[in-house]
Amino acid sequence: MAKTSKSKALVPVTPAKSGLSKKVSDAAEWFDYRLPLISAAKHTAYEYPTPRNLNYWWNFGSLALICLIVQIVTGITLAMHYTAHTHLAFDSVEHIMRDVNYGWLIRYSHAVGASMFFIVVFIHMFRGLYYGSYKSPREVLWWLGVVILILMMATAFMGYVLPWGQMSFWGATVITNLFSAFPLIGESIVTWLWGGFSVDNPTLNRFFALHYLLPFVIVGVVALHVVALHQHGSNNPLGIDAKGPQDNIPFHPYYTVKDFLGFSVFFIVFAFFVFFAPNYLGHPDNYIEANPMVTPAHIVPEWYFLPFYAILRAVPDKLLGVLAMFGSLLILFVLPWLDFSKVRAATFRPLFKIAFWVFAVNCLILGYAGGQSADWGVIIAFVAERAVDAEGNALPGTAWLLTIPAGGLAAWLPDISVARITAFYYFFHFLVLLPLISRREVPLPLPVSIAESVTAKETSSHSHA
Amino acid sequence: MKRSLITLLATTAIMAGAALPALAATDAQHPKHVDWAFDGPLGRVDQQSAQRGLQVYKEVCAACHGLKRIAFRNLTAIGFSEAEAKEIAKGYTVTDGPNDDGEMFTRPGILSDRFVPPFANEKAARAANGGAYPPDLSLMIKARPNGANYVYSLLTGYDEPVHEGIVAGPGQYTNPYFPGGILAMAPPLASGVVTYQDGTEATVAQMSHDVVTFLQWAAEPEMEQRKQMGIKVMVFLAIMTVFFYFAKKSIWSRLHFIKPQGQNKH
Repeated sequence: MAKTSKSKALVPVTPAKSGLSKKVSDAAEWFDYRLPLISAAKHTAYEYPTPRNLNYWWNFGSLALICLIVQIVTGITLAMHYTAHTHLAFDSVEHIMRDVNYGWLIRYSHAVGASMFFIVVFIHMFRGLYYGSYKSPREVLWWLGVVILILMMATAFMGYVLPWGQMSFWGATVITNLFSAFPLIGESIVTWLWGGFSVDNPTLNRFFALHYLLPFVIVGVVALHVVALHQHGSNNPLGIDAKGPQDNIPFHPYYTVKDFLGFSVFFIVFAFFVFFAPNYLGHPDNYIEANPMVTPAHIVPEWYFLPFYAILRAVPDKLLGVLAMFGSLLILFVLPWLDFSKVRAATFRPLFKIAFWVFAVNCLILGYAGGQSADWGVIIAFVAERAVDAEGNALPGTAWLLTIPAGGLAAWLPDISVARITAFYYFFHFLVLLPLISRREVPLPLPVSIAESVTAKETSSHSHA
Repeated sequence: MKRSLITLLATTAIMAGAALPALAATDAQHPKHVDWAFDGPLGRVDQQSAQRGLQVYKEVCAACHGLKRIAFRNLTAIGFSEAEAKEIAKGYTVTDGPNDDGEMFTRPGILSDRFVPPFANEKAARAANGGAYPPDLSLMIKARPNGANYVYSLLTGYDEPVHEGIVAGPGQYTNPYFPGGILAMAPPLASGVVTYQDGTEATVAQMSHDVVTFLQWAAEPEMEQRKQMGIKVMVFLAIMTVFFYFAKKSIWSRLHFIKPQGQNKH
């Protein structure tokens, strides 16, 4: 023990009197004095003053974080067994499913986890839309969220290619081909993305590398998202600023316990899919090994891309379609200025509230339209290009394409117009309705403070009981 | 708060519903609905049926279709003893090597081998089947929408009428359950084409049922373990939810004693 007295001179902490806990807290203090990780964590997840009136829609932020963690943990484990080569990828996934201990559990958790992540993030975003969480002073917070969404979409798209099933291959072909729509440089971009002249082994390899990299980029942006959040604190269902300590409660234990309740319920939904319907959200064609010579009857992306896919297909011009699809995401960046009403929460905005729900339903219809084979014209044109060899003879497995009666196409036309109407409305909502409502709407009177509103609610509920 | 929880769950349910991969209707007839022992959260593999299904696969399907992802060692999972699985493996000739002389050689199969495909490669398969390629069956049930019912319907549906105007060419057959209605696979099953050792009558329906049960197991060998673990996980999560529900209620009840007006004065 004599040796420790030497170091004590260097350490400005009071000597431990007794007990292990004292020693631990001394060590923690010593460390925190040099690198304030503990106090940062304490400030972020313990003391962080949070509005006392958050409802359950505010659970989805922490749920998204849990999803990201699940994806990274299961993903790293999968990468230990996966082989990124066109000849081996499909087999290595089946090896994971059949021979790796609990490989099926890891892979199904990862595949279902991707869908869960998107459901959670979509709800999280719609919550932000409803309660005006994108408004001043939280515009940068909102931007970072949109960046996370775009990164997630890129990551999910590349991840879906890795099993090298039919949908992997053809999805990759269709989506990368989108870039060929750009004039002059389009074809070069596609060749550059592919690393060759078709979707092939170099494509699979780089998608694997990027699919491993991007989640950690997401972690970085999430960290910034949290910093931006804590700068001005959480928005709340009333959309009014906290005016003093009486409006806030410490994050721990109130919101930690509430988040854990959320996790429990969320994992019931998650586990239901993993254990009882693991392939429900996927496409059966992805259990067929990729074959560049055989095109699937319907090329559909994963469900979370369907609204965007619908917008892409709704526009008859390829370049405009691609621009509309990217535009549908990019428009979110300027949302804080398209909706310039000073009132945040839809609760006090009668017109905005209606517009919000119409928009939400419109998004669901867009998703539905994206899953329909309404695009016979587009797909057949795309496939027909590739279904014949140089002499115009059908390649093996594609002969049936030429047997499709033209009348069958006409039957789908109403669906095409549904996609067009909803795609148009998507932009109409942002570009016309929101500015118009912001200008004309007379909001309801806002409550004086969060605390007052909460107390009023409690008193009334007590008098009922 | 209960109301908001219900709204939340309802919304999640709606989103999950919208998440349906919206499988577009093909021109194929909707498959028959069969009650399978493996359906549902408590579903099990009917081992007797799966063993009969293996016999149907070996004696009928295997002439054209491979099963390359299944190892003979896996067969103990459908109730075969290790000795029986070894016996089945021995019935196959496996190419191995090279030996010390640099030559490839053949030997009887062992437990670690997988089912040997009927053709050396896709070209050989197409050459022997009039240009058609009989797919490997290891994943078939997962690789088709509503796979088990689809394969069952296809096997039992050859004598059912197809849409007018669909006419099979030479070497082609009609089946209303196959997308497009025309396929190159001849009706594979006929009553009595297999003689079951356990005395079960080998009707087309019975054989179809058995081989689908076998292929379902082949596609998802983890299914029983997965569902049983799922039940346990659900029970655990339900308890956890109840625990955190009351923990949350109890912790938040402290807030009733905080008087905002009183705090204001401090």
